[in-house]
Amino acid sequence: MENQALGQVTSERLPVHFPDPIQVANCYQCGKCTAGCPVAMHMDVAPNQVVRLAQLGEWEKALRSRAIWECVGCQTCSTRCPKEVDCAGVMDALREASLARGMAAPGRYFVVAFQKIFLENIHRNGRLNELELIGHFKVDVLLHTGRIPFLFKDAGLAPQLGKRKKLHLIPGRARDRGVVERIFERCSGERKA
Amino acid sequence: MNIGYYPGCALHGSSNDCEQSLRACLSALDVQLGEIKDWICCGATAAHSLNHKLSLALPARNLAVAERDGFKQLFAPCPLCSMQLLKAKKAVADERVRKELSEIVEADVRGESEVLNLIQLFEKIGVDRLKPAVKAPLESITAACYYGCLLTRPPDVVHFDDFEQPSSMESIVAALGAKTVEWNYKTECCGAGMTMCNEDIVLELAHKILSNAAEHGANCLVVACPMCHVNLDMKQAAVERRFGKKLGMVVYYLSDLVGLALGLSAEQLGINRHFVTQA
Ligand code: SF4
Ligand code: SF4
Ligand code: SF4
Repeated sequence: MENQALGQVTSERLPVHFPDPIQVANCYQCGKCTAGCPVAMHMDVAPNQVVRLAQLGEWEKALRSRAIWECVGCQTCSTRCPKEVDCAGVMDALREASLARGMAAPGRYFVVAFQKIFLENIHRNGRLNELELIGHFKVDVLLHTGRIPFLFKDAGLAPQLGKRKKLHLIPGRARDRGVVERIFERCSGERKA
Repeated sequence: MNIGYYPGCALHGSSNDCEQSLRACLSALDVQLGEIKDWICCGATAAHSLNHKLSLALPARNLAVAERDGFKQLFAPCPLCSMQLLKAKKAVADERVRKELSEIVEADVRGESEVLNLIQLFEKIGVDRLKPAVKAPLESITAACYYGCLLTRPPDVVHFDDFEQPSSMESIVAALGAKTVEWNYKTECCGAGMTMCNEDIVLELAHKILSNAAEHGANCLVVACPMCHVNLDMKQAAVERRFGKKLGMVVYYLSDLVGLALGLSAEQLGINRHFVTQA
């Protein structure tokens, strides 16, 4: 992992590609993003510090942080930033790079696995198949951690959902899955840096 | 009114009570929804976390199909879906991106349709039209209107209401004859799509929201998001166990309250299928 020297703070030069409107260089470390973040207290690196790591090109720390996987994507940070830094977008870009480089924090296995399985599910079906999602998630986590995911510790939730007709046994799928497949294919190529 | 309708996976899955409520309520108001042909999932948190391009392309496809079929308005009851649609719409303002996305999704994405959330749908219908239709004013209801994170955020994408102190839901609820309370957690996040994979956080946030609403004198919560409903209603029993206190806070979709005021029954609206029901 290449480390950018201090001072080189323009996003164009960073090895993690941020979408154009995200200018991490603008951050002046006021901490407002962290103050409003609902999960900051669970993060190893606070949102403002994540932005700082991105400014400094400290990719190793940023991409291996638990913080990027604790983020729930609520957009509070981006909304309140006085310098219009899209901090939530920074989190997204770091998650994408972290997963692509195999650097996702092992301690956040649940979240990482869930997002991956979710996306595979849509790839296959065009629309989310919830039962399949739950099944795959459960098996995957069990195989990797020997633990049973949360949902099923919630005794009787599945039958409760069934009773309320909240589980579809024959879920709808998109009919034209060819186009879904092609969209996924076109979006999964090498990213332009 | 003929409005394009993008249900999204939530409303076709475990939040189908929300769809039932909507449909009952809208047919009572004579509003037709035209479901977008062969819509596909917007990719939700997973897509915007793991693949930026995909997170624009999936909603862009739905937008293009809606526009091709002539819908000037596109209603997306899940705020995550509508945020993703609006992000795609914003992205295609750049002609280069518009061309690229149109090629990817094999349809012309114009980004001209207006995207509506659940509150905006009722605003379109109009308080003027709702008020005279009220048959059973909701006098016993004192509601805490809960917007959650994504309905008003990020403001440069969603352009809806005041992002710190929104009040659009209160106006609708007041028109139904119910009271509303001022409280602190209107726009706090409930943990959204983390229900399954990060339960600790969801329980903690849901606990704060539910308790604060109760402390400010609300006897129910009103939401306009299927994910909020899952976290606050379905998970409420788990919150009660975790924090060792009884909450018993009924959580309505905004359309439930509209429907009740129009004289529809709890069964017609699917309220009996919620987890927490009136004591
Ligand atoms: S709110 Fe904006 S400027 Fe302030 S620390 Fe966060 S990202 Fe930087
Ligand atoms: S988007 Fe993520 S980092 Fe930003 S406030 Fe929400 S949880 Fe915190
Ligand atoms: S955000 Fe939720 S409901 Fe909306 S389409 Fe996507 S998964 Fe499906």
